[in-house]
This record gives sequence, structure tokens and C-alpha cells, in this order.
Amino acid sequence: MVYDAGSYDVVVIGAGHAGCEAALAAARMGCRTLLSTLSIEHIALMPCNPSVGGPAKAQVVREIDALGGEMAINTDKACIQMRMINTGKGPAVQALRAQADKHQYHWAMVDTLLQQPGLDLLMAEVEKIEADQSGVAAVVTRTGARYLCKAVVVTSGTYLKGRIIIGDVIYDGGPNNQVPAMKLSQSLMELGLTLGRFKTGTPPRINRRSVDFSKMIEQPGDERPLRFSYLSPLEPRQQISCWLTHSTPLTHQIVMDNIHRAPMFTGVIKGRGPRYCPSFEDKVVRFSHKSSHQLFIEPEGRNTDEMYVQGLNTSLPEDVQLQVLRSIPGLENVHMMRTGYAIEYDYVIPSQLKLSLETRVIPGLFTAGQVNGTSGYEEAAGQGLIAGINAALKVQDREVLILKRSEAYLGVLIDDLVNKENDEPYRLLTSRAEYRLLLRQDNADLRLTAKGREIGLVDDVRWEAFSLKLDRLEAAKKQMVETTFTPGDAKMTSFLAAQNSAPLKDRISLWELLRRPEIEIGQLVEQGWLEEAPPDILEQLEIQSKYEGYINKQREQVKKFEKLEERRIPEDIDYGEVYGLSNEALQKLQAIRPRSIGQASRISGVNPADINVLLINLEKARRKS
Amino acid sequence: MQQETIAAIATPPGEGGIAIIRVSGSEAIAKVGAIFKPRIKDRALNQLHGYQMILGWIVDDQGQPIDECLLAVMRKPHSYTAEDTVEIHCHGGVLAARQCLEQVLGQGIREAYPGEFTQQAYLNGRLDASQAEAVIEIIRARSKKALNLAVKQLSGYNSRYIHRLEDRLIQAAALIEASIDFPEEVGEPDYEEIARLLAEVQHHLGQLLAAGKRAEIYRSGVKVVICGKPNVGKSSLLNWLSGRDRAIVTEIPGTTRDIIEEYVNIKGIPVRLIDTAGIRKTEDRVEAIGVQMAQQAISEAALAIFLLDITSGITLEDEEVFHSLNPDRTIILINKDDLVEKQIDHERIQACFPGIPVIFGSVREEQGLNELQNRVEAMILSGLGREGEVEMLLSARQQQILQDCQEHIESVSEILGQVSLDCLAVEISELLEDMSELTGKSLKADAIERIFRDFCIGK
Repeated sequence: MVYDAGSYDVVVIGAGHAGCEAALAAARMGCRTLLSTLSIEHIALMPCNPSVGGPAKAQVVREIDALGGEMAINTDKACIQMRMINTGKGPAVQALRAQADKHQYHWAMVDTLLQQPGLDLLMAEVEKIEADQSGVAAVVTRTGARYLCKAVVVTSGTYLKGRIIIGDVIYDGGPNNQVPAMKLSQSLMELGLTLGRFKTGTPPRINRRSVDFSKMIEQPGDERPLRFSYLSPLEPRQQISCWLTHSTPLTHQIVMDNIHRAPMFTGVIKGRGPRYCPSFEDKVVRFSHKSSHQLFIEPEGRNTDEMYVQGLNTSLPEDVQLQVLRSIPGLENVHMMRTGYAIEYDYVIPSQLKLSLETRVIPGLFTAGQVNGTSGYEEAAGQGLIAGINAALKVQDREVLILKRSEAYLGVLIDDLVNKENDEPYRLLTSRAEYRLLLRQDNADLRLTAKGREIGLVDDVRWEAFSLKLDRLEAAKKQMVETTFTPGDAKMTSFLAAQNSAPLKDRISLWELLRRPEIEIGQLVEQGWLEEAPPDILEQLEIQSKYEGYINKQREQVKKFEKLEERRIPEDIDYGEVYGLSNEALQKLQAIRPRSIGQASRISGVNPADINVLLINLEKARRKS
Repeated sequence: MQQETIAAIATPPGEGGIAIIRVSGSEAIAKVGAIFKPRIKDRALNQLHGYQMILGWIVDDQGQPIDECLLAVMRKPHSYTAEDTVEIHCHGGVLAARQCLEQVLGQGIREAYPGEFTQQAYLNGRLDASQAEAVIEIIRARSKKALNLAVKQLSGYNSRYIHRLEDRLIQAAALIEASIDFPEEVGEPDYEEIARLLAEVQHHLGQLLAAGKRAEIYRSGVKVVICGKPNVGKSSLLNWLSGRDRAIVTEIPGTTRDIIEEYVNIKGIPVRLIDTAGIRKTEDRVEAIGVQMAQQAISEAALAIFLLDITSGITLEDEEVFHSLNPDRTIILINKDDLVEKQIDHERIQACFPGIPVIFGSVREEQGLNELQNRVEAMILSGLGREGEVEMLLSARQQQILQDCQEHIESVSEILGQVSLDCLAVEISELLEDMSELTGKSLKADAIERIFRDFCIGK
């Protein structure tokens, strides 16, 4: 029997990485929010790798933080190791990566959720969303509770009709053997959404006590203290190492001998898997010339002996998985604690969304995270944050938040999802961002904190810290531009000689001097030319000075790009009336309904001639009115 | 909406009395002004009111005249496009107009697409809706035509070259991007391989550009000057090559005062042949102007045929003429070899003009003239690859793109290993972007595809 259980502004379905961000954002923005999950014990679960960050993903985590989201803070709390990767490849692509204690990550997030005023946690299976073209009305749980609401954010991850596959063993299930959500897909389809089916997978887990680390290479964390969130304390932490080993020709032989039992090759798995995260059997078959693949053994937490075998995603039968593991140096006597598996699930084809992550068919219905066909905790959390913000803005009847490709990786992510056709789960790569040099992890706060403040997610503590940083940065920059030296300056001359740097020819400012590759900002402080400042400020000054040329180059590109972004297309445009569009463009434009000419130009199947046609027709319409 | 400044030859292709280049957009007046030298000093293009005209020269980067032109200025909104417009009326003939256009494009002005002036006019409110629909038809037709052209260019023989170019560049991009996005699986990028790929791209670009220039030579022709002291036989040679009597041939030195031009065909190459007045010190004012014009013709020419008179030996005057020539672009014809009195031999030539190709012949007796034509052809085409190697007809725009790519890639090769990987990636993606203007597809997406194909990645 269905009964009225209460009323909320926003209901979030699913409490994974996307759901937690969505619910926290909505509640912090003042919405009465309900966060519904199949299992409170598995909130913010990391069912796959125990790490956060890496190229493109680290930038996203910092962006989430700048906007007032939770992932960065939570990762810092649960971190057991942190490294800066891609050092030496340039500031734009440097990326933090943390190994997280999975249990602590879960607990810390639950703690935050429970302390959040205006947010209620509920353990239930939502089976139905009640809505029509005018908007969402309510959600109904399996046990008959009906919650009225103004907006719904679906963050159901890979739980929709989840199906676990291990060799020829196949059963319904969510990640990590959770209960799947078997009914919600039907409800989404009834509301007019088209679903697709994707596949992903995870490797087996092993017991630390059965591993011979003497045959592996230790991968410790960086010694200097690091952090994701601008608010976390910057202090040293006790770190746990990862370990590097590799597969052997024997490993590959075992895979090939059993390939006829692999679901990918027997045809049991039909969903397309991600190329950047291939199963081990796929790697062995496709790259048969390689006799060895790297494998990283990563701890799953401080208080567990379970370890993750990065690089060994597999859905081979359990007995083969065990043989494979034991053919690897250091794992000869290994005990397998969890079996690797592949999982197939329903996802919402994301071209049905607006850039706000609201579905076009049902006002007030948002989707975010893996259910939108992405992969990765960071991509999920980022979408969750944006969907939660926009759900709240919708309820409050405020202007939506849409981040541009030129201002955030989150903008790139969502723009790609909506406009590009994806036949595999989408993962962010830095190479997907056109303006990578501007979208650095070190300047995420400079890019987005003000936006977060405007929305109402950035609290006073964060805002004051940010304002202070901004003031100090500006003052230091001004000082550097205004402090100049003539070729006759004795102290400068001897300093340059000591650094093996060319003597001055003309008057030069400190700012210009720092552009020289051999000059480091620390030296300028040592010489007393520049005031001592916190490391993040010095880092910022150094990057802005040294890369000024390239940064300005990208700014110019952005200006060109934004011209087209600012040409808005009226929401009520009837593409059938647009004279001269090609058939393919007509269909795509009708389906996606881009916001701007810029967005239209990125839709697969819409060519430059169509854009010109569209521009002329828009102009025609504008003049008529 | 701010319109980009665009330019194109507005008159139909082919020979005509004059050709008009239309330049339209906010920067039209300033940028054309920068390459225009007015006849009357103190007058400048930007001082002109609308509908005024001004005489002068379009000049090259060194300030040397390319062509004498009449410029008309129309100020917005009183022009066809309703933008600031400059029309350059230059001398008819494909070569002059194209050279002027290329100089205009060299100012960072983009070559207009077919129909684009009309499109500007529409966007500025100059045309009504039905006219606008006609523009859309043009755009549609254009994209179809462009597609056909692209398909034609990319099919069969030629495609190998373009694809090879793209392929190497994408491969270089993939090496960089894979190292950035998958640091643990891929490690540091192979800089040597990247350098090798860039060098290969550079090589292929050079071949394409040469092929384009070669095709351009057959399509638009080149200038060749005939020079030498008076009465050495210049006019006779011109007459022989053109097959008719045009220049006055007399025994009196200095008869040919003006520059005489003739369009001739040498081995299939259209040649604008220019007979110069004798270059020498003179008090005669009319002749002095002729001498000045001759100097200019020489500096613009692809090749000079330098005539010597075998009967008079090598005189001081000959050496003066030679000094005004570019020795790398000169052929010596020793004329009157049929006469008995011979004052010049091979040794003497080698001593005075070392390394210059020499032909002994006689215009009057038609001796050595076939050899001369073969030499002219060979020298015009030298450095532009062999026939049949790459055949490619490039538009000025395509030529421009390739030229830009060539320059860009040179600068990238120089900074390789000095800039950080993220900045190098900016350069490569700009190159890919330029290249995509040739092929019309997004090559950046191809680079991502390539990462997944070539690298074994994934956790």
C-alpha cells in the first residue's frame, strides 16, 4: 500500500559519489533534501580502485572543492598515500593522486551527511518516479512510502538492472554483490527516457599476508605533505606503499588456454566495455606482442589486509583468476579474497540531457554519475555536484549553473556527454580539454570559488581564506611587476652570474626575470627581492609568470571560442522551419536542442555549412521580431 | 556582430583589362593601407572618404611595388557588404591579381569563401530574406562542392601524401597525450620519435608546397626577363619566342625604351616575357625611367635570360648588367654564335660569370634556342620536385595553410625538448587544427582514438 511519507524539495536516488555531492549541495543551498540509498552501510562505496585523482580527475576534484563540494575534503580525511604525478611534464598536466582507505572514506562521508542540516538519509529502494511533462511530483519506494518533491536527482550508478558475470556464472547484482535496482529502469523508460547498456569490470582482491613483496618494487607516496582541498590542513601523514609487479608469459598462456571460457569472447557480455579500462584478457589478446603487463598492488585501507590488483580487471572464471594470480611474481601463494567480475547495467543515454543535467523530457528530473554512462568516482562526483546545484536552483527558481569548456573540466565533461556520441563509458582525459593550460589543478580555486560563493555553496570560512589568498597574490604580482633592475645593478649581476643566467641588457622587472627557465621563485625570496609567502602563492606566481606566453595564447583561443558560445539559440526554436539544414543536422539539433551556436557546432553530424545556415536563419528571425 | 576581414578576387578568372580584389571587414582599410604606397606622398588610404579613389602601388614586404593599382574606398555601411571595403583595381592577368591577393592575405586577412561577401551583406542587413535564401543555396552548393573537391583530392594518388602528413602528426600527438593521460602505463614520451615524426611532416609539407607551386606555375605562369646591353638581340629573341614581330628591331642602340611584354608559352609553361630597356647610365630622362622599370622587372622575375654578343666580347657594360641580376636565377645566352668574329669562349665566361649556365647560339639562325627553352623550363621548375611525384593543385588558401604549417612546424622543432609537454601539446594541437582546415575533419579526436589503438593502457 502506498502511503504519504513526507515532502521534500529535492530527492536524490542513490548515495554513491554522485548522490552524496548532489544531496549535500542541495541541502547546503537550503533545500529540504532526502537522500535515498539501497544500503546505508555502502554509502560512498568505492567498489573498484582504492584511489582518487590522476590526470584530469585531480583537476575535477579540485574544481569540486572550489565550488564547495565534498570529495576533496573527504579524500584528504581518508588518504593513506598521496603522490604528485606527471611532474616535469608541465603545470597543466600535473595531477595529484591519493590512495584512499575505503572504509574511512565511507565513514567520513556518512558522518558529513548525518551532520548536514536539512538532509535526511533513507534506506529504501525507489521503484518509481511520479512525473509528467509539467515536472516531477513524487518518488515511491518498494515498501510503499511516497515522498512528494519538486526535483529528483537520479544517481543510481551501475545498479540499474545490474548483472554480474564471472565466467559462466551470471546473476543479478549491483557492484560488490549489492542488491541491484530492478524496477527503476522501467519507471525511467515510462517517463520517456531511452536507456542503453554498458559493461565495466573490476579485478580480484588478495590478502596482504599471502603476498611476497620482496619480488615487487615499492611505490611510496611523496614525502612532502599534499592535499586536495584548499581547506584541509597541510601536514605530513603516515603513508602506506603500493607495490609494482607484472604479468609473465605464463600468465598470458593461462589466459589464452582459457580464452574460450571468457565471457567477452563467448558472447555472454554484449555491452561495450571501456577501452581505457580493458579487461586483462582483452589486453592479452589485443596486444599479443607484449609479453608482460604492469600490475600495481594497492592497499584497500589501514585496517584491512585486502589489496587491490590494479591492471587485472577480469570476468574469467574464478578458477582461472586464481591460476592467473599465482603466475605473477610475488603472488605464487596468494589467497584470493574477492573474485573479479564484469558488470552490465542500464544507463541513460546522455544526449537526452540539458547542459544543466536536467532531462529534457521531464522538468525537474536530473541524472548524474555513472547512470549517465560515465566511469570514475571523480566524474560521478562532479556531475552529482552540478546536478544537485541545478536541482536546488530550479526549486529556488534561479538561473541554472553551466560551466563552459573554457572554465572547467566539469564543463568539458558535461558538454561532451550531451553532444558527443559515446559507445563506451566516458572517462575524462586531459586531452579532451581544448584549453588545458588554463584548466589547471593549481588554479581551480581562482577559476571557480567566486561562482561557488554566488550559488551559496562556498561558506564564509572558505570565502575568507580564498579572498586572503587572492589579495596576497595580486599584491605580490604587483610588486613583481613594479620591482625593476637595471643592467648596472651589482647584486643582480652577481646573482645572475651565480645562476648561470645571461646578464641584463635592459631594465627588467622581477616578473619578467622569473620567465627565465633557470630562475626559480624561491631564489628571489632568498635574495630578499620578494616577500616570503605560502607555497601555493609562490607556485601560482611562478606558473603565471613562466607560462604567460602560452596562457595568453590559450586565452586568445578562448575569446574566439566564446564568441560562438555567446550566440544563444532561442529555446523555442522550431528546427523544422529552418530553411536549408541537412537532414542529419536537423535530427540532431531537434534531439539535443543546443543552447548556443557553439554547442551546436560540437554536435556530431552538424557541419560548418549547417552552422552558417543556422546563423542566417537566426538573424532572419531576430530581424522579424 | 563584428565581421572578420575577408578578401578575394571579385572579377572572373582569366585575362582582362583589370582585375578587382575586394577586401571587406573592419580591418580592410588599415591592413590594405599597410601594403599600399600612394603615388602622391602625404596621401594615405585611411584619409579617404567613401567612394574616393587613389592611385599607387601595392608593395611587397620590402616595399617593392608588385603592381600599380587604383584603390577605391567604401566606408561602412555604404558598401555592398555594409562593412568597410577596399577594392583594389590591378592590372588584368592572373599573375598580377594573384600576387596582389597573396600580399593582402599575408596581412592576416582570410580568403573569402564563395558567397561570403553576400553573406556579410546579409548579416549586416543589406539583403532581404529571399536574397538570404539564395545565399544559403550558395553555401549548400559550396559545401557540396568542397566535399566533392575534398573527396577528389583525397582519392587515389594524392591522398597518400595528405594522409601520410596527418598520420605522422596524429602519431606525434598520441605519443604526447598518452604520456600525459596515462603516465603509469606509458611513462615519458619518446622525444626522439616525436622529433622524427615532425621532421617527416616537414619533409612532406615541403613536397606538397613544391607540387602546389609547380601546379601554380602551369596555371598562372611566371615572369621571365630578357636583359643585356643594347643591340645584343633582346627584341629578336622576344620576337622569336612569341612568334611575331612586336618589338622594334633596329641597329640603333636604345631603340627599345619601354618595357615590352609578351605572353609566350615555353614547354607548356605560360611565361610573361619582359624585354628590358638597356640598363646603363643615361642622361635621357625617358630612358632613365625605362631603366628603373627594368630593374624592378628583374627583381620580380623568376628567371633572367642574359644575352651577350659574341662579337663584342665581355664589356664593362655587360658586367654592370650582370650585377643587377640574381646569379641563381640567370641563364646566359651568347648570341650571334653564327658570326665568324668570336670574342667570347667558355674559359672567358667561366672567369667572369662562374657557375652560370651558358648556351651558345644565334637568334637569327635559330641555333641553340631549343636548348634555351629546355634550360628555362628546368630552372623554373628546379627545387619543385619531379613531375609525377606529387600532383596537387592548391588554392591560395590551401597554399597559405601549408605554408603556415611549414613555418609553425619549424618553430616547434626548434623548441622541442625545451618547453614542457603541456605547452608542446598546445603547439601540436594548433598544427592539427591548421591541418584540419585542409581535410575538414577533427584530427584531435583522431589522436585520442590513436592512443587507445596504439597503447596498452588501463588499470
